[in-house]
Amino acid sequence: MNNFSNRIYVIAGIFILVVLVFIIRLLNLQIIDESYKLSAENNSQRQVTQFPARGLIYDRNGKLLVYNQAAYDLMIIPRQVKQFDTIDLCNLLGIDKKDALKQIAKAKKYSYRKASIFLKQLSSERYAVLQEKLYKFPGFFVQPRTLRKYPRQSAAHALGYLREVNNKEMKNDSYYSQGDYIGKSGIERTYEKELRGEKGVEIFWVDVYNRIKGSYKDGKFDKPPVSGKNLYSTLDIGLQEYGELLMSNKKGGIVAIEPNSGEILAKISSPAYDPEMFVGRAMNQNYKRLVQNDSLKPLFDRSMMALYPPGSVFKLINALIGLQEKVITPATRFECHNGYHVGNFTMKCHSHASPLDLIHSIQLSCNAYYANVFRSILEYPKYGSVQNGFKVWRKHVLSFGFGNKLGADLPNELNGFIPTTDYYKKKYRRENWRALNVISLAIGQGELLITPLQMANMVATIANRGYYYIPHIAKYFGDGELIDAKFMKRKQTSIDSVYYKPVIDGMEEVISGGEGSTGRLAAIPGIRVCGKTGTVENPHGDDHSVFVAFAPRENPKIAIVVYVENGVWGARYGAPIAGLMIEKYLRGEISQSKKWLEKRMIEADLIHKKKE
Amino acid sequence: MTRRTNLLKSLDWWTILLYALLVFLGWVNIYAAVYNEGHQSIFDISQRYGKQLLWIGAAGFIAIIILIIESKFFSAFAYPTYLFMLLLLISVLIFGRDVKGARSWFEFGAIRFQPAEFAKFATCLAISRYVTQYNFKIHKIKSLFISSLILFTPMALIVLQGDAGSALVYSVFLLVLYREGLSGIVLFLGFLAALLFIFTLLWSKLTILLLILSVSLIAAKLSGLKWKNFGLGILIMGAFSSLIWITGKILNLHFSSYFIVIVSMVLCIIPFLFFTYKQKLRNVAWIILISFCSLFYSFSVGYIFSNVLEQHQRTRINELLGIESDPYGAGYNVAQSKIAIGSGGFTGKGFLNGTQTKFKFVPEQSTDFIFCTVGEEWGFVGATVVLLLLLTLILRLLILAERQRSSFSRVYGYGVACILFFHLAVNVGMTLGLAPVIGIPLPFFSYGGSSLWSFTILLFIFLRLDANRLELLR
Repeated sequence: MNNFSNRIYVIAGIFILVVLVFIIRLLNLQIIDESYKLSAENNSQRQVTQFPARGLIYDRNGKLLVYNQAAYDLMIIPRQVKQFDTIDLCNLLGIDKKDALKQIAKAKKYSYRKASIFLKQLSSERYAVLQEKLYKFPGFFVQPRTLRKYPRQSAAHALGYLREVNNKEMKNDSYYSQGDYIGKSGIERTYEKELRGEKGVEIFWVDVYNRIKGSYKDGKFDKPPVSGKNLYSTLDIGLQEYGELLMSNKKGGIVAIEPNSGEILAKISSPAYDPEMFVGRAMNQNYKRLVQNDSLKPLFDRSMMALYPPGSVFKLINALIGLQEKVITPATRFECHNGYHVGNFTMKCHSHASPLDLIHSIQLSCNAYYANVFRSILEYPKYGSVQNGFKVWRKHVLSFGFGNKLGADLPNELNGFIPTTDYYKKKYRRENWRALNVISLAIGQGELLITPLQMANMVATIANRGYYYIPHIAKYFGDGELIDAKFMKRKQTSIDSVYYKPVIDGMEEVISGGEGSTGRLAAIPGIRVCGKTGTVENPHGDDHSVFVAFAPRENPKIAIVVYVENGVWGARYGAPIAGLMIEKYLRGEISQSKKWLEKRMIEADLIHKKKE
Repeated sequence: MTRRTNLLKSLDWWTILLYALLVFLGWVNIYAAVYNEGHQSIFDISQRYGKQLLWIGAAGFIAIIILIIESKFFSAFAYPTYLFMLLLLISVLIFGRDVKGARSWFEFGAIRFQPAEFAKFATCLAISRYVTQYNFKIHKIKSLFISSLILFTPMALIVLQGDAGSALVYSVFLLVLYREGLSGIVLFLGFLAALLFIFTLLWSKLTILLLILSVSLIAAKLSGLKWKNFGLGILIMGAFSSLIWITGKILNLHFSSYFIVIVSMVLCIIPFLFFTYKQKLRNVAWIILISFCSLFYSFSVGYIFSNVLEQHQRTRINELLGIESDPYGAGYNVAQSKIAIGSGGFTGKGFLNGTQTKFKFVPEQSTDFIFCTVGEEWGFVGATVVLLLLLTLILRLLILAERQRSSFSRVYGYGVACILFFHLAVNVGMTLGLAPVIGIPLPFFSYGGSSLWSFTILLFIFLRLDANRLELLR
C-alpha cells in the first residue's frame, strides 16, 4: 500500500522549489531592483505648481495699467486618466465631445506623464461646478492661473502681451512648462523675469483617483511661490491716451521723451488695438485677425519698427555737424533760387527770401542751404577726400544714436540705416564717388532710415544741448529696485554744446518766427516751443508728415516726434499734434484758443478717406 | 466525555496554530488594505475588515462542527456530498448572479456565496473515496476514466460559469494521483506540455522544430541508436522531402517548406517505427512517438491559443511572457502589484503606511492581490515569513497525510495540501508577475467568506480524519 510513499519527497520538493523561486523573486523586486521604489513615489505623489502673481504695471504717476484676474486651466495627465463619462465632462465644461477627444489625443502626443492643458481659462462659475465633480475624472486637475486685465484700453504696444510658451521657449528655459505664459512683446517681454516671479511647488500624496490625501512629509519639500515685482513705467497714461485719441483714424507714430532722463512719456503706434484682445480664449482668433486680415497692420509697432527717411528734420543734424566742423558759422549765408543748381544738377526748393543765414534756413527749411553745408563738409580740403569727409560726417551722425539700436528696454527695436562709404562704393561701383552723388542726405532723404524712437532721441539730445540718456520705459520696481544702470548714464554726442544754440534758435523760429515759419500750428501761447517740420517722400502715395519739437526752450520737459503717414507736410498734421501733446503734458489741458485745432486733428481721417 | 478528551488530545494542534496565525495575519492585512481614517473601529461591519471578522467567527464555528462529526461520516457521505455540490454548480448556472462576467455566485439578500469554492472539498472527498476503492487500479483504463470524470465534471461546470481560474485548481489532483501511483511520465509529460506551450508562444515554428528534433536525436542516441541508422533516417527523410518538392513542382502546387518538412517526417517515421520495433529498440520508438506528438501539440498550440482561449486570457498570457506590454491597460494590475511589493524594501513601510495599497493603486488588494499589502507594508521579511508559514502548513499536511493508516485519509490529506499549494503558487506567482493573472484567492489571507470557509472545511475535515488516524476507514 505504501510502496509509493517515497514520492512525498518529489511532491514536497516541488512545493519547496516554487516557494524558493518566489523568495528569490521577492529578493530581486524588493531589495536588488530600486526602480520600483521610484515608481511608487511617482504613483502617489503629485507636485502641484504654485503660480506666483505676476507683477502689476503702473504709469509714472502710479495709475494702474495692468493687473491680474484669476482663471482656471483644466489640466490632464494622460497616464492617470481612467475610464470616465466623456459626455458628463463635456456638459460640465460646455464643449464638444469631438474637441474633448482631440484634446486628449493631443495631450497623449505631448506626454503621458506630464500635464498638458485640456481646456484653457475656465470661468470662476464653471470652475466652482467642476471642482465638486472632479473626483469623477481621474487624471484631470485644475491649475489656477492669472490672466492680465487692463483697466484702460491704451498703450497696448508699449505694455505688450502674454502668450503661452512654445516648444522652443520651453527648451531654452527649463523654468517654463506647457501652458505657462510668457511676455511676448513690450514691457511684458523685456521685464519678463522680474514680472513673472518664481513658481513654487507643493507636494501632495494622492490616491489612485488623484484625490489629494495630505501634504507630502508635512510640506518639508514644498517651495512657496515668489510674487512678481510690480513695475512703475515711465509712461504718462494721460498723455498716452490723448496721443492715441489725436492719432485716431491715422497711421503713424508718436514718441515723447523726457530729455533730462530719457524716460519715454508716451509711445503711440496708430492704429492701436485693445490690449484685452490678447487675453483669454479669444486670443488666438484675435491674433490671427489682427495679423492676417487687417491691412493696417495694427500689431506693427510703428513707433519702434517703422523705418522712415527723416526728411527735413535731418537738416538739424547737418547744421550741427557743419558748425562743429567749422565749415559754417551761424552767420554763413547761402543763396537759393528755387533750389540748388550745379551744372545739370538741381535740387528743388520752395520760393523764399534769399540768401539765408543758418537760423532762417532752419525756419524756412531751405534745401539749397543744406546742400551747400553738406557738400562743404564732404569736400572740406582738410579731410583729403570726399570719402574721408563722409566718414567724419557719419561718425557725428552715429553719435546721436542713429544707425544702431539705442538699447532701449523694449523689444523689436531696429537699427535703422546710415549708409557707409563701402555701401556707396558698391552702389556707384567706384571708390571716389562724389559729394553730389549723395547730396540727398543733406535734406534727410536718400538711403537714410531712422525709427521714430531714434528721432525722438535726437530731439531730446538737442533739447539737452548735446547728450542723451538711452530711452527707457521702466522707471523702477515696486520693491524699490532700480532699472539697469545703463539708463542712468549720460551719452555725449560729438557736437560741442555751444553749437546747439543757433540750431535751437532756428527751431524756435520754426514755431514762432512769423511769415514762412513751417511749424506755426505747434505754437502754444506762453510756452517757448522749438521744433522742425519734415516731409518724407513716399513713392506709394501722399508724403508722410513729420514733426519734431521740444519745450519749454529752457529746461525742456518734453521732446516729441510725430509721424503721420500720408499727412503730406509736416506742418499739416505733425505740427498741430505735437503742439497739442506738449500743451497737454505741460499744462494738463488745452487752451480755449486751440480747441478748434484739437477737434480738427481728432476728426481728421486719413485712412477711410482714401478708400472711398 | 472521554471521547471528547481523546479528540482534543489527538488533534494536531500545530496545524491549528498555523491556521489561526495565518487567518489573523490575513485579517491584519485586509485591515491595512481597506483602512481609511473615517472608519477606525475594527468591528465596523460596513468595512471589509469588520465583515471578515464575522466570517472568521463563522469559520471557527464551522471548524468546531466538523470536529464534532464522526470521521466515518466523511468517507460514507463523500459521494452524496459530491453529487450535492454538482447540483449546486448546475443551479448556480441557472439562478446565479453575474459578477464581473462570471456567473458563479448565489445571492440571498446581502449574503453571497460561491459554490465553486465548496466544490473543492467535495471533489477532494469523492476522489479520495474512489481511489481507495478495492477495485481501483491506477493504470486501468476504467479507473483512470472514472477518476477523470470525477475531476472534469466540476471543472467543466466551473468553466461554464466563466471562472476558468477556479477550474484550473482541479489540475493539481494530478499530483495526488501521482502519489497514488500514477506514472511519473504523466507528470513529466504535463511539465513538457506546459514548457512547450510557452516556447511555442515565444519562439518561431522553425526554432521549435529544430529544438524538438535535436532533443529527440540526442535522446535516441543515448537510447542506443547507431550512427548508421541516423544516416539512414536522414537519407530516407531527404528522399521524401525531395519527392514532395518535385511533386509540388510538377503539379504546380506551392508547398510551404514547413509542409514539406512535416509531411516527409511523418512518412519517414512510419518505417522507422517499424524498424525500431523489429530491432527491439522500444525506448527509441517511444522517443520518436513523443517527439512526434510534441511536434503536433506544439503546432496545435497556436490554434488552441487563438481559438479556444478568450481575448483577456490571451492578453494576460502575452503580458506575462512579455510578448505584449501595456502597463496602463491589460498589464496594469501586475505592474502596480510589482511596484507595491517592490517598494516595500527589506523591512517594509510599516503597518498602515503602504502608500500603494492605502491609496488604492493596486486593484483587488483585499482579495486577489492581498499579498501586495504584505509585501509593501512588511517588506521582504514579512513576505518571506508569510510564504514560509504557508509552506510549513502545507508540508505539515503532507507529513500528516503519510502517517494515516487509512488510505482514504491519506489521499484526502494530499488533496488538501495540493489545493492549498496551487492557490499559493498561482496567487503569489501572479502578484510577483510570474504567473498569469488568474483570480484565485490566497488561502486564509484573501478577503471573502466563501473562500475562508471553503479552506477551513477542507482543512478541518482532514484534521478530524487525522484525529482518527489509527482507524481504518472503508
